[in-house]
Amino acid sequence: MVTKFDIENLNIWFKEVRALKDVSLKIQANEILSVIGPSNSGKTTFIRMLNRMNELQYNFRMNGKVELDGFDVRKIDLEPLRKRVGMVFALPLPLPLSIFDNVVYGARMHGINNKNKLKEIVERSLKQAYIWDEVKDRLGVSAYKLSGGQQQRLCIARTLAVGPEVILYDEPCSGLDPISTAKVEETMLKLKEKYTIVLVTNNVKQAARVGDRTAFFLNGELVELDKTDQIFTAPRDKRTDGYIRGKFG
Amino acid sequence: MLVRKLKELIIEKIIFLCGVLSIIFVGLIFLFLLKEGLALFKFISPGGFLFGKSWYPISEPAQLGVLPLILGSLIVTLGAAVISIPIGVGCAVYIAEVAPAKTKEVLKTGIELLAAIPSVVLGFIGMVTLVPWVKNIFHLPTGLTALSGSIMLAFMAMPTIVSIAEDALYSVPKSYKEGALALGATRWQSIYRVMLPAASSGILAAVMLGLGRVIGETMAVMMITGNAAVIPQSILVPVRTLTATIAAEMGEAVVGSEHYFALFAVGIVLFVISFAINVTADLFLHKKR
Repeated sequence: MVTKFDIENLNIWFKEVRALKDVSLKIQANEILSVIGPSNSGKTTFIRMLNRMNELQYNFRMNGKVELDGFDVRKIDLEPLRKRVGMVFALPLPLPLSIFDNVVYGARMHGINNKNKLKEIVERSLKQAYIWDEVKDRLGVSAYKLSGGQQQRLCIARTLAVGPEVILYDEPCSGLDPISTAKVEETMLKLKEKYTIVLVTNNVKQAARVGDRTAFFLNGELVELDKTDQIFTAPRDKRTDGYIRGKFG
Repeated sequence: MLVRKLKELIIEKIIFLCGVLSIIFVGLIFLFLLKEGLALFKFISPGGFLFGKSWYPISEPAQLGVLPLILGSLIVTLGAAVISIPIGVGCAVYIAEVAPAKTKEVLKTGIELLAAIPSVVLGFIGMVTLVPWVKNIFHLPTGLTALSGSIMLAFMAMPTIVSIAEDALYSVPKSYKEGALALGATRWQSIYRVMLPAASSGILAAVMLGLGRVIGETMAVMMITGNAAVIPQSILVPVRTLTATIAAEMGEAVVGSEHYFALFAVGIVLFVISFAINVTADLFLHKKR
C-alpha cells in the first residue's frame, strides 16, 4: 500500500480556537477514507487542510506535518496542489454556463484550448462521473436545467476534468435525495480504482456503505481510525460507539 | 371604540399622504417642466432645437440650437467614464477581494469621504490645480477644457461606482470563489472568470449610476470646462454642458421669453437623459435579484 497523505501531529487554530488537536494519520492511495463526527468536530477543517483551503480564512494558524507523496503541501504552489487534490462541495455549484463549458472550466483555466482535446476531456470526465448517458445529447444546455443530483455529478466531472489524484468530498450528498445519493456513492466506489478519495459526511450510514476505512473526529481530536467494518461492529472507543449509535451528535 | 377606529383611519390617511407625496412632487415638477419647455416650440421647431448647431440665446434673432450643449455633456461624460470605470471597478475588486481587513476599512472610509466633498469645493480645487496642469501638459491656450471636467467628474463618479460595485462583488456567494479556487484557479483567474461575471449586472448598474451622477453634475463642470457653447472638435477644447447652461443663464433670462422657455427645454433633455440612465441602471440592478 502506498501512502498518499502523511499527516503527523497536525494542530490548527482559528484565532485562539483550536480546531484540530494533534491529529496523525495516513491516507492510502486508492482508498476511500470516510471522516465522520458531529458538527464542530474539525472534520471539515481537516479535509480543507489537504488542499489548503483553510488559508482563505483570517487568523488561520497551524503546525505539524502534512505531506502529499512525501512533499510538504505548504511547499507546493497552491494552484498545482489544488489541481492534484480536487474538491467536491456540499452544495452542487454549477456555473451559469452550458454543461460542456462547466466541465472544461477548470481545464481551460489550466491552459488547455484545443477543441478536440476539450471534447475528449468532457466525454471522459462525464463518463467517469456516470452522468454521460444522461446528458450526452444536450451538452449545450444550461447546467441549471439539471436536477440537483445531476448537478452534483456534473461538479464531480468538473473536478475530474482537471486531472486530480485525490478527490475530497465535503458532505457531497447533504442536499440530495436518496436516489441521487446512491448514484453519487456508486460513482465514488468506481472512482477509487484510479483516485484516492476522502469523504467527509454527516451521514454515518454513508460512511459505512462506501468507506474502506473510517475516521471518527470529536472536538478536534481523531478519536479512532480503523477499517470501516471494525468501526461499525466493534469500535474500541466508547465515544465512537455512542456516535454511530446516534446517542449524540 | 369609535374613537380608536377614527384614530386608526386618520393615521392611515396621513401615512398614505406621505407615501404618495414624493410621487406627486415628481409628477408636478415634470408637468411644470413640460409646460414651460414645450412652450418653446411656438417659436422654433423641435428639430431646429435639438439639431441646431449654434446656441446664441441673446443674439437677435436668438439661435437656440441645443446640439453643442448635448455634445458638450456627452464628451465630458464619456471622458469621465473612460477614467472612472476602470479605476472604480479596479478599486472595488481590490476592496472586495484582495485587500486585507485593515486596508479595506481605510479605503472604504476614504471613498466615503470622497463622496462627502461638496462639488463646488472639488470644482474650486480643480480650477487652481488641474486646470493649469492640463494647460501646461498639452500646451493649450486655456486649461478650461472638457478633459479637465472629465477628470474632475471622474472623481465624483468614483465613490458611487466603487461602493455599488463592491456591494455587488460582496454579494456573490463565497462558494463560487471557493469552487474556482478548488479547481486550481489563481486568485486573478477566480476574480476574472467567476467573480466579475457573477457580479456583472451589479457592476453595470454601478457604472450607470456613476454616469448618472456625472451627467447631472453642475457646479464643478461650470467652474472648469470653460463654458464655450460650440460643438467640440476634441476633448481639449472648452465645452458647455446642459447643466452649466441652465445654471449660468437662468438668472438672466427674461421670464416668458424664448430664452426662458429654451432653458426649460434643455431641462427636459437633461431629464430624459438621466431618466434613461437611471432606468437602465435599475434594469441591471434587478436583473439577477
